[in-house]
Amino acid sequence: MSDPLVNVRDLKIGATVYPPGERPHDIEIVHGVSFDLQKGKVLGLIGESGAGKSTIGLASMAYGRGGVKITGGEVWINGRDILQTSVRDVRALRGGEVTYVSQSAAASFNPAKKIMEQVIEAAVEHGKFSKKDAEARARVLFAKLGLPDPDNIGDRYPHQVSGGQLQRCMTALALCPEPDLVVFDEPTTALDVTTQIDVLKAIKEAIRDTGVAALYITHDLAVVAQVSDDIMVLRHGDMVEYGDVDQIINAPREDYTKALVSVRSIEHEEKAPAGDPVLSIRNVTARYKGTKFDVLHNVNADLYPGQTLAVVGESGSGKSTLARVITGLLPPREGEIEFAGRVLSPDLASRTRDDLRELQMIYQMADVAMNPRQTVGTIIGRPLEFYFDMKGAEKRKRIIELLDEIELGEEFIDRYPAELSGGQKQRVCIARALAAKPKMIICDEVTSALDPLVADGILKLLLNLQKIENVAYLFITHDLATVRAISDNIAVMYQGRVQRYGSKSEVLSPPFDDYTDLLLGSVPEMRLGWLEEVIANRKMESAGN
Amino acid sequence: MKNIPISALIGLFFTALYFLMAIFAPLIAPYGMAEVVGDVWEPSRIEIMLGIAPDGFTESQYWLGTDNIGRDLLSRMIYGGRTTIFIATMATVVSFTLGSVLGFFAAVTGGWVDQSLSRFVDLVMSIPTLIFALVVLSVTPVTVPMLIIVMGLLDSTRVYRLARAVAVDIEVMDYVEAARLRGEGTSWIIFREILPNALSPLVAEMGLRFIFMVLFVSTLSFLGLGVQPPEADWGGIVKENKDGIVYGIPAALVPAFAIATLAISVNLVADWVLNRTTSLKGGRG
Repeated sequence: MSDPLVNVRDLKIGATVYPPGERPHDIEIVHGVSFDLQKGKVLGLIGESGAGKSTIGLASMAYGRGGVKITGGEVWINGRDILQTSVRDVRALRGGEVTYVSQSAAASFNPAKKIMEQVIEAAVEHGKFSKKDAEARARVLFAKLGLPDPDNIGDRYPHQVSGGQLQRCMTALALCPEPDLVVFDEPTTALDVTTQIDVLKAIKEAIRDTGVAALYITHDLAVVAQVSDDIMVLRHGDMVEYGDVDQIINAPREDYTKALVSVRSIEHEEKAPAGDPVLSIRNVTARYKGTKFDVLHNVNADLYPGQTLAVVGESGSGKSTLARVITGLLPPREGEIEFAGRVLSPDLASRTRDDLRELQMIYQMADVAMNPRQTVGTIIGRPLEFYFDMKGAEKRKRIIELLDEIELGEEFIDRYPAELSGGQKQRVCIARALAAKPKMIICDEVTSALDPLVADGILKLLLNLQKIENVAYLFITHDLATVRAISDNIAVMYQGRVQRYGSKSEVLSPPFDDYTDLLLGSVPEMRLGWLEEVIANRKMESAGN
Repeated sequence: MKNIPISALIGLFFTALYFLMAIFAPLIAPYGMAEVVGDVWEPSRIEIMLGIAPDGFTESQYWLGTDNIGRDLLSRMIYGGRTTIFIATMATVVSFTLGSVLGFFAAVTGGWVDQSLSRFVDLVMSIPTLIFALVVLSVTPVTVPMLIIVMGLLDSTRVYRLARAVAVDIEVMDYVEAARLRGEGTSWIIFREILPNALSPLVAEMGLRFIFMVLFVSTLSFLGLGVQPPEADWGGIVKENKDGIVYGIPAALVPAFAIATLAISVNLVADWVLNRTTSLKGGRG
């Protein structure tokens, strides 16, 4: 074998932490990781948040983000240790020999400049191409990445293309200077599953055609299985397992890798509708103020007490708007919502306190759903005080009971949200909703910001609480694995309409309509060759193109 | 309170010094406020100690010398500080209470309430503050409460703008939506959800605004529409002694020095408070 293009030896990375009540001190966040990467190969780095995967990715450009320092080891690229070279050499390396594709293309492009200008910037800056040649190359790359109208798309501004297209533009940006190595940092995580497929395919083909090496960072093992040659599993800055794709997916050695491969172990027996529905959505049509088109068209659905209705769809399908209509934040144009046997007032301001109490909501981003200036005790205690007039010792006792229910201890009562982990934050939000003793909780993408193993814990907790409290969930999500895990009934939404509605077994068994087929088929499966198979069998294009 | 940085300590010390001098002025001042005790513009003891006094003067009983009609300048500075700091503090309180409550209210309510309040504030802001104040004060009796109200009202437009801008950002957060869905009233949303999160920019602004108030009242007094003689205030002292500058008498510079040191020390304290209020861990982190 020839010399590897990238050779990372015993990489150690440190950072300074500021724990509450202690002096700031240095910790090591990556403990001696080593790997090789041959030309034209793809290495997948996989792990949960905090595993150090992005940090390692950036270290291969000799970069440490936000106070992160590379404290030891060697990073050899093209035969030199880039941690030892001069600032000038590192500058030539970044954006020239090694380029970077970030998770959010929308946040990485300058909204005030045209796409072409930004795509060729690095190539021209590094003197690899003249402006004219770089533009020609960019157009070739646009075509290769399957972007529509490759000759002119560069003249658009970033907001004039869709999210999936922008992510591919960013890949073109990274490939434009003919780099030797591209670091992909969760490039498809922010995209819908149906869009993700096309971007994955584009990235895979572009890597193959241009012969670059790539580091592919993601938390989704099924995704990385499609594009990588080798996979390294990381946890808490340590290498857990390192091997080729086939071995990691089909014959994982370590327990942690096995847990990742077999995540979603929840078995949920579907319940038949029983009694009167707690929530009936009847012929709801809604539009936002000042716009001229309906976001929801004639939506109908029922939710039964103690059951879960999953609302599935891509971004823009109207599923969150439906939640806003139900909560009264957006009064519908037509139709009505019946809740617990009474018709809900369309407008939040004229609902009774009991209506508000019995219909609670849990948000996607737990960190912004809690006031950062309030302690956990205040956050959970406020609904108790507000709805039930609880005070003092009685309130405190109930808060502790609720903390117990969400599997957190009494010691959390005085903590601030900033002192909690992502999963703990979401648990506190669940406790806040439960404190009101609701009949129904709207869960808006409650697990999509969490790591798979943590999300699993939250889903189990929700199911458990459903049994104890007999609360109904309206579960909004784009993740079909989650739907399978928890739902009794499913509504598939597409462009503001309910495309398919029924019990879980009905909705998830054939024959499918084209959209449901596309959606179900787009969920990455953890086996090799899945991507090619899906692309070949598709009946319908994804909306993100 | 253990880990106060040195800069904050310095700031706290001088701010406290100024405020204590203001509060206990009658006990500290060596002479009466309007008492004529000596000759016109007698050199100060400091000048003599530094050896920069005019020839022929070897001793002085006045630390800062005397003013244009022979009153003790130190006493006047202390009494003047009392007036200036009191007016500036009260005006800042007025402007922050009014400006931030209205700003938050506009942001939370939205719609035509927000529009009419904001446009009215724009209208007031389009007239230069000083000119506006001069016009108002020339038709109303110039008393201390009047000064406070005029300065407070005019300045509250700036605070309103800031408070509204900050609150609009906070207002769209999920936790405010959660509070609305719970059925909370406007006052809970303003004082319990938004205010604690808007405190940092407001505190930073308050340090700055207080100093602007000191300058504002001094300017008004200098122009003759602020604190009226024989009452002392820092702007008035500059006005009374400005002619002395031509003869090399430094009396008019003393208030300038006082304003500068007060400005710096108040802002050192504000910076420190800011550090504490930005902590999301209740100041424990």
